[in-house]
Amino acid sequence: MADASTGRELLRAEHIAKNYGQVTALTDINLRIDRGEVLGLLGDNGAGKSTLMKIFTGFVKPSSGQLHFDGKPVELSSVSHARSLGIEAVYQDLALINELNVYRNMFLQREPVKGRFLGILDDKKMRAAAIEQLDRMGVRIPSVDVPVAKLSGGQRQGIAVARSVYQKARLLLLDEPTAAMGAKESALILDVIQRLKDEGEMGIIIIAHNYAQIFDVCDRVNLVEGGRIVFDKKTSETSVEELTDMVVREYREARRSVQAG
Amino acid sequence: MSQSLDTRSSPGATPGEGPDATRQASPAWRRLARLALRQREVSIFLAGVLLVLYFQFSNSAFLSTDNLANLVQFSATTAIIAAGEVFVLVSGELDLSVGMVYALTPFVMFFAAGAGLPVGLAVIVGLLAAGAVGLVNGVVTTVLGLPAFVTTLGTLFLVNGLTLTISGGFPVQPTASGTFTSLFGASPLAELGWAVLLALVLQFVLNKTRWGLHTIGTGGNPVGAAEVGIKVRLIKTGNFVLCAALGGFAGVLDAFRIGSIDPLAGGNDIMFAAMAAAVIGGTLLTGGSGTVIGALLGAAVLGILKDGFTLLGVSAYTFDMILGAAILVTMAINVRLSIWRDQGEG
Repeated sequence: MADASTGRELLRAEHIAKNYGQVTALTDINLRIDRGEVLGLLGDNGAGKSTLMKIFTGFVKPSSGQLHFDGKPVELSSVSHARSLGIEAVYQDLALINELNVYRNMFLQREPVKGRFLGILDDKKMRAAAIEQLDRMGVRIPSVDVPVAKLSGGQRQGIAVARSVYQKARLLLLDEPTAAMGAKESALILDVIQRLKDEGEMGIIIIAHNYAQIFDVCDRVNLVEGGRIVFDKKTSETSVEELTDMVVREYREARRSVQAG
Repeated sequence: MSQSLDTRSSPGATPGEGPDATRQASPAWRRLARLALRQREVSIFLAGVLLVLYFQFSNSAFLSTDNLANLVQFSATTAIIAAGEVFVLVSGELDLSVGMVYALTPFVMFFAAGAGLPVGLAVIVGLLAAGAVGLVNGVVTTVLGLPAFVTTLGTLFLVNGLTLTISGGFPVQPTASGTFTSLFGASPLAELGWAVLLALVLQFVLNKTRWGLHTIGTGGNPVGAAEVGIKVRLIKTGNFVLCAALGGFAGVLDAFRIGSIDPLAGGNDIMFAAMAAAVIGGTLLTGGSGTVIGALLGAAVLGILKDGFTLLGVSAYTFDMILGAAILVTMAINVRLSIWRDQGEG
């Protein structure tokens, strides 16, 4: 059983804890994700989701605990170290430059250039590669020549995801990909995630607190509460209703403790 | 012809009429406005052409060779400084000290030449000194985290004081061979050549190179740019250095043109003129967007205004009022146009 599954395992977190001085952000996180798997990481604001994401991207170092990537123990020293392993993150702000067109955004900081130290941009190459990548991923936009400011939230998210995937991402972290988006826009981005999942090689962690939207695309959901994973089930073995019950119970407990205090 | 005149007059009228009037505007006005939006340089170019026509009709001496040479003197060095200011503005900062660097650099060059360096090398030493001021501006702003307004206000006074101290407050005369002198500014054609060449090269740098792209990224979305790994501090500092070096170079050109190095030359007047040229030309003070060619045209328009009104016998005091009004009107139109663009295509 263990041998059969280690071949598919992409990332495993063991007893990850993180303190900021007196404040404990994460108590004891145990989590794993396989290749081709989509994991929904759910939890209330302040449950520790963002801290966990920052640990996975190498932005923050855990106070204790061990990460394993590709079956080997790793210590992520920086964001670029994590990136070199194929861990890419799409933050909520998307890190897109409004004034720049789509293809220049897609290659920002990894631009193909001509003329060596002169650094003359190879626009032709960027444009062609951007069109191909967006098309392959099913991100539909009117044109790659328009500034990204002109695109909708879903399209912008699609471009940010395509940018990460193009960098040969093996583990993709999506921070609230459908936050503040309408149903149509969310469908667009969920469709992109579904396609990546069907390719079967990339692990995807979706961080969200609106689980109803992302439930269908996930293989498994984990619920973070008080710096621990308190719930870990395959989506086929749970339901939105069960999750709602858990969250409501959590909310009632929180209220009770506030009233008691 | 009458149609294009109509379209010229309508943007002046729009600010008072509100967005509804703009939305119902005629298709021809829309087409031209769209062109002016996509190529921000177009509107300032049209304004320049109209001003030239007006002044030529008012005084036939306007397009004479002598007066065109005057016009170059009014505009060329301002345009060079404006090009540097565009890079700093696009990266999301601003530089108030560049006019003082313009005054300092020729003195450094003069003293380097006096110490026995050949004049070409002395110019380079001057530019290095200018770049050093830019480096201080950049490091203080990005590492210590002071707003650029404060940093460059500080270096403005510092550099001015330094110039007055090393010069003792008196002007000096630069010495160089005749060819060198005319190549470095004394000939109006050479001065025009420098301004146009630098504008073309720097426009290319801004739009077609990695440096330019990262400058736009840094000013457009500093947090996002840092997240994708752009070295935001390095980009900003580099642009402060570029701006200061261009300011120094403009100072050297004017020193050779005038044949005298004046510790009180340039200063805040030329810095504000350059800033105005950049802004009128279509560069945003908020960062992320700008055009060097636009700044060149902006400097030309300011030069045309100043020269034209001088020919018409308008006093310098009146000119300042007209300049102020021109800046306000252009900027009001610019703001209107960008709101209209967001509504029209968003």
